[in-house]
Amino acid sequence: MSDTRPICLSGKGITKVFGIGDKKTLAVDHVDFEFYEGEIISIVGESGSGKTTLSKMLLGLMNVTEGQIFYQDKPRDIRTHKKKKEYWRNIQAIFQDPFSSFNVFTKIDTVLLDCINMRGGRHLPMEKKIEMMTEACSFVNLKFEELTNKYPFELSGGQMQRLMIARIFLLKPKILLADEPTSMIDACSRATILDMMINLRNEIGMTIIFITHDIGLAYYISDTVYIMEHGKFVESGSADEVILNSKADYTKRLISDVPKIYEEWDLTTV
Amino acid sequence: MGKAIMEVKNLTTKYITRYREDIYAVSDVSLSLEEGKSIGIAGESGCGKSTLALSLMGYYFPPLHYMSGDIIIDGQNISKMKPDAIRKSILGTEIAYIPQAAMNALNPTQKIIRFIEDVIHAHNPKVPDKEIYDLARKRFEELGLPDTVLDKHAVELSGGMKQRTVIAISTILSPKVLIADEPSSALDVTSQKMVIKMLRNLMEKGYIKSMIFITHELPLLYNVTDDIMVMYAGQIVERGSAKEVVFDPIHPYSKGLMGSIIVPESGARDMKLSAIPGTPPNLKNPPNGCRFAERCKYATAECKVNSVGLREFGTGRSYRCMMDATKLKEGNADE
Repeated sequence: MSDTRPICLSGKGITKVFGIGDKKTLAVDHVDFEFYEGEIISIVGESGSGKTTLSKMLLGLMNVTEGQIFYQDKPRDIRTHKKKKEYWRNIQAIFQDPFSSFNVFTKIDTVLLDCINMRGGRHLPMEKKIEMMTEACSFVNLKFEELTNKYPFELSGGQMQRLMIARIFLLKPKILLADEPTSMIDACSRATILDMMINLRNEIGMTIIFITHDIGLAYYISDTVYIMEHGKFVESGSADEVILNSKADYTKRLISDVPKIYEEWDLTTV
Repeated sequence: MGKAIMEVKNLTTKYITRYREDIYAVSDVSLSLEEGKSIGIAGESGCGKSTLALSLMGYYFPPLHYMSGDIIIDGQNISKMKPDAIRKSILGTEIAYIPQAAMNALNPTQKIIRFIEDVIHAHNPKVPDKEIYDLARKRFEELGLPDTVLDKHAVELSGGMKQRTVIAISTILSPKVLIADEPSSALDVTSQKMVIKMLRNLMEKGYIKSMIFITHELPLLYNVTDDIMVMYAGQIVERGSAKEVVFDPIHPYSKGLMGSIIVPESGARDMKLSAIPGTPPNLKNPPNGCRFAERCKYATAECKVNSVGLREFGTGRSYRCMMDATKLKEGNADE
């Protein structure tokens, strides 16, 4: 990995402690990372390893107990609500559950129209706005004409998750944080969603942070992989390095637990 | 050929919505399950996998309605029985079911042993509590679960442990057929492996005689079951042994499903994922012709008008397509 590329997001000694006294639990434990611009980064770990806590801290939804997050080499400042909103212009997220990530009272046109207005397109003529929305929908293989005057609950899970990507396409943030976006979706639509995220990176140059428990997905999509165990990064590096020549025992165990088709799946190791 | 435990012939079921619309979720499904064998059912969301599971159990509570066909378990036809009678005499002893959301299946205010007492007392109210406790402890030990679980509440267990407890409870009466509806899709890989190991254990020890495993994860299915059936829009489109279906699929839809497999092995990274374009048909008024015709690249004008039944190919393999299997295979190999 060349170090000449600009660093988009980095962190030093990030720690999160839940509870006090005897009940204290260390959810994220002195974690350091550097995410380069235009890269797809995966954070892989079992349930309970602190992936989601870390992602909430990156988004600014949760306070950091200790340590500092740097955005574009400057310490991130989200102390006031105004500054937080400014930060959220640059970082957007897709969450695990597509059914609960839309406002049930808002029509789909309004959802997309809001995105255009937020990016300073408020004064554009309506025809231009519709053109932009159609473009965003065709980017995710949806038809805008079929979506008008519909509510989000009329769509299937895969379609909703794709609509979320259409939103991201209109908002064009610097960083996209995807927290297990495919875990509630079947294998067939999963492939389309992964390909769309790769297209987002290739066409807009977005940095994508992909959080997953499926090491196979991480290997397929990402340039850099971080493996997380009990709140610590046990291994990091390029995808080939980490997954094909893994050093940490934890990584080896994660890989051996995935059902294989070309190799024998060893059931005796649990 | 072993003894067939479960035989299903041309089963068709439908949902009636509150607007009096019919949705044909399962149409013309036939299968036979032998002793000691397991069948996997694969397909994308909304293709009727879970409805098929409920239909196979005879669990016809509205809005699900029985239309036609036979379900024969060990010589007993259960398709004409009343749902309440099925609940009393079939579920638990003949067929057991593991639901998709097993995490939420346990009442948080009761101890695990109470659920087991409930299951056994529902079939025979005279069994003393001590006997139940001994049976439960013995079974839990054999399946690798600590017997301290019995005196705990559901909230004290982790997700994987809850799922395994649910499996142990639903198989406590040694049913003949176990229907597992995506038992591991909400778990991480390590807990998933433990669940699979437990299901294998149950089969080997003879507590269940056969299994129907429903999932959308093909690599998992390949490792767990003997046979695979691929389902599309309520119909079975292909059936064969696990190895044949994964490595040498006939139907274009199964081929498309195989194209979306992702595994962490060398070579998987450069593989182009091939997603199938389009969406499944609306089952409110299914097309007259082949249901896959809209998304199929081999589709001709005839496909959209006429449909065919399952056609045999070789031993124990069948597929649903107008075209010949050899021709389809050639087409698949060219890609």
